[in-house]
Amino acid sequence: MTPNGAYEWNDAFTNNLVTPDTSGDRIRVEGRVFDGDGQPVPDAMLEIWQADAQGRFSDPQDKRALPNSSFKGFGRCGTDPNGGFVFDTIKPGTVPDPDGKPQAPHLVLAIFARGMLLQLYTRIYLGGEAANAADPVLALIPADRRNTLIAAREPGAGKAVYRFDIHLQGDNETVFFDI
Amino acid sequence: MTLAYPITSLAAHPPRLSPGYKSTVKRSPQKPLIIMRHTLSELTGPVYGHETVRENDHDLTIQHKSEPLGERIIVHGHVLDEDGRGVPNALVELWQANACGRYIHVVDQHPAPLDPNFTGAGRAQTDAQGYYKFITIKPGAYPWGNHHNAWRPAHIHFSVFGHAFVSRLVTQMYFPGDPLFEFDPIFNSVPDENARLRMVSSFDLDNTQPGWALCYRFNIVLRGRSATPMETK
Repeated sequence: MTPNGAYEWNDAFTNNLVTPDTSGDRIRVEGRVFDGDGQPVPDAMLEIWQADAQGRFSDPQDKRALPNSSFKGFGRCGTDPNGGFVFDTIKPGTVPDPDGKPQAPHLVLAIFARGMLLQLYTRIYLGGEAANAADPVLALIPADRRNTLIAAREPGAGKAVYRFDIHLQGDNETVFFDI
Repeated sequence: MTLAYPITSLAAHPPRLSPGYKSTVKRSPQKPLIIMRHTLSELTGPVYGHETVRENDHDLTIQHKSEPLGERIIVHGHVLDEDGRGVPNALVELWQANACGRYIHVVDQHPAPLDPNFTGAGRAQTDAQGYYKFITIKPGAYPWGNHHNAWRPAHIHFSVFGHAFVSRLVTQMYFPGDPLFEFDPIFNSVPDENARLRMVSSFDLDNTQPGWALCYRFNIVLRGRSATPMETK
């Protein structure tokens, strides 16, 4: 049983990672979580971790300069009765892989819920990014499953909105990583 | 970055599909997980300081007008890494049912009373040695719909942020000698007995406060050979 808004608790975490002094392109990532029967999962907790617009992490272990120190890079969101979630954040910059090769912009996502004895890790990539074609992690995934990690950009003007549905099981099962 | 978080130790964790725990059947992936090398994205993690944790967030017995009903306890221990070193400044979150086994949660329909003086959530930050401490009420067992006459052993949920997003851990702490252990599919989803017992706290008489509170010790090891098994309900 995970805590939710019913706790009279001033939660330290939010699904809005953007503060007025955060630099970078504002994006929204929204979607739903489904189980193996295609039913919405209304009691999941999702956490994202990402770099800032310059590709730097708000963590002293990242020894590179941190020009955008107001951006914390972490967010948490519970799903609603329809399995829905939303994160307001910024488009992350490019982060190198262990060989120094650039990775396409991505958010790391961890999923927790009743019935999930271990959290599942996946990544959210952004549809329409040319860099996706050369991303070393996407290249590890069979081509016919790669699309499950690429959030579709929704048409329209203004802030970019990306749709990322998560299927825990079944024909359209999202790719999860053994990390 | 030269840090490495080996995956061999993950074998001690429960399988995602554990049919005795029914909710895992439709919520566990069926396709193979993709193995990848850790990049900076996996090896870094959020850092929260004292602005995240207020002075009394670790004391669940003083959050309301009066004291909650139940058995007052201290739960303390160290967050350690796989080499036994304390993990400093780790954020530890905790949530639990009240002394009657009832959660403040909209979907908890267990016909046991709520306690107006108990919410059941707290957080603490480990000190320079990795030490944390909570003051709370011993939670009650509660029934759940998994199978006929299913009851969860008394437990406290723990959520821990280590120094990497891959060392993120959500687990449950149990109390020693609970007669419900052998009947609980969540506790028993951890196949290895030694790993299972790492979820059971130990009674700590030396740190019991005379006339005030009993004490339990619960050390949490993040990732690695003696990692604490993860589980959630």
